[in-house]
Amino acid sequence: MKNSARFEPVKNIVAAMPLGRLDGVLIYTFLYLPMAVLILESFNASKYGIGWQGFTLDWYESLAADAEILAAARNSLTVAALSATLATIIGSLGAVGLQRYRFRGRKFLMGLLFVTLMSPDIVMAVSLLVLFIGLRLELGLFTLWLAHTSFCLPFVTLTVHARLQGFDNALVEAARDLGAGEWTAIRRIVLPLALPAIAAGWLMSFTLSLDDAVVSFFVTCPDFEVLPLRIYSMVRLGVKPEVNSLASLLFAVSLSFVLLAQWLLRKNRE
Amino acid sequence: MTPKPEAFKIASAGLISGWLLLFVLAPNLLVAGLSLLSRSPAGFAGWPATLDNYRRLTDPVYLHVFAESFATALVATLLCLLLGYPFAYGLARARPRLRPLLLTLVIVPFWTNSLARIYAIRGLLAAKGEVNHLLLAAELIDQPVRLLYTQAAEIVGLVYVLLPFMILPLYGSLEKLDPRLLEAAQDLGAGPFQRFRHLVLPLTLPGIVAGCLLVFLPALGLFYVGDVLGGSRHLLVGNLLKDQFLEAQDWPFGAAASLMLIGLLLAFLALYARAAKRIAPDG
Repeated sequence: MKNSARFEPVKNIVAAMPLGRLDGVLIYTFLYLPMAVLILESFNASKYGIGWQGFTLDWYESLAADAEILAAARNSLTVAALSATLATIIGSLGAVGLQRYRFRGRKFLMGLLFVTLMSPDIVMAVSLLVLFIGLRLELGLFTLWLAHTSFCLPFVTLTVHARLQGFDNALVEAARDLGAGEWTAIRRIVLPLALPAIAAGWLMSFTLSLDDAVVSFFVTCPDFEVLPLRIYSMVRLGVKPEVNSLASLLFAVSLSFVLLAQWLLRKNRE
Repeated sequence: MTPKPEAFKIASAGLISGWLLLFVLAPNLLVAGLSLLSRSPAGFAGWPATLDNYRRLTDPVYLHVFAESFATALVATLLCLLLGYPFAYGLARARPRLRPLLLTLVIVPFWTNSLARIYAIRGLLAAKGEVNHLLLAAELIDQPVRLLYTQAAEIVGLVYVLLPFMILPLYGSLEKLDPRLLEAAQDLGAGPFQRFRHLVLPLTLPGIVAGCLLVFLPALGLFYVGDVLGGSRHLLVGNLLKDQFLEAQDWPFGAAASLMLIGLLLAFLALYARAAKRIAPDG
């Protein structure tokens, strides 16, 4: 009795998919097995990943001793924090503006946000490279910041905008009638409501920036390397067990940030 | 001193509009302009204006790359659709209490580093990797087979990385599907195939188009999938763009190739708008 109760959730998951049951099991396995194997390999003492030769933390230790990787990690975290912050500020303000005001070009702005969201990384990468070279900007931290902010922006804006759907503008008007300034009314009424979505937007942007390889590849110079580019050149140079541990660490960061963001958004809805 | 209402309006709506105009619209217009210029000895581009870059896109060497890349992306997209549709359907019909968990399990890979995930696939497909190991153990083969650096490896990698991008929009439109519509159709005598053909399919068409867009276009552009799994013999449009912009330094030609992708993007978006309009003419 007790045993079957413990397995109830698992049984529910399987029973919940009448049509796609087999499909469901196959797809979750397909999505997670390669990542699980990679994480397992990152603790494998065998240098070439042939068979299990015992548990080791060697590959993590050699990561921590690799000056190039540490520099790339520092760069990646800097770019991610800066871009997530700027995108969150502009995106959240934009979402409030889109919700509160009816202005000329509003539809066009929504369209542009949607196109930015849907456009493949490579198109954005090429166009930003052309812009930055045209403006004679030196490729590096600054150009990465501008580029990452641009692809994070629609995610923040649409997340916060979704949160504000159905919000009654009369509340802000009432506060205004009572003598509050526009900014005070928005800060006191709209901002607290939007805060979980704003926080989730920041976390998602941080992950997005940390994981980007395509755009970064085009808009930075070899002197300012970020982690995905480091992985790319390590992979091209040949199999190194350190790639497994670096990739596992990135999985861990994305996983915790995404779960936190999901939790914030769900709490949001209740 | 409280700022005037206009000040906040400009800060909110103006800032984001300005950013998107400067960093999204303007750069793409620059690319469009660049594609009409000639390659200049100084490295980037110069006069005279020409259509040569577009003519060169039809050169057999490049046509071959496009044909192969389009075929790879098309197969990957169809596989994602075939795997993702029944899965998303099951997800949308799962018990409400379980749905958040099941959905989160799809969202997590959506956000994890795709280069690292491609590397994970490479490990499995290597000559001494787990897939060969399993096939040997099952005595299906007696020699390790070459799985890496094939078009099939590329397709597996693309499906692996892009599948969540197909599932999420499909789920979005399947979730909105009202089960009462299906019951009504059944009461009127429609069989399962008819219900699918005349109700489910048209109502979820926007999700299908959005999913295909989010898989097909990146599948053309993800150059590291070509490098890491396809080797130098199986190039994607993304590899061509990377070479033209960062190695060959032929920017006008690269811009023309990039504009082809922008054209595809706009065509997909038009298709999406049509599909969405058909089911909700007012929205």
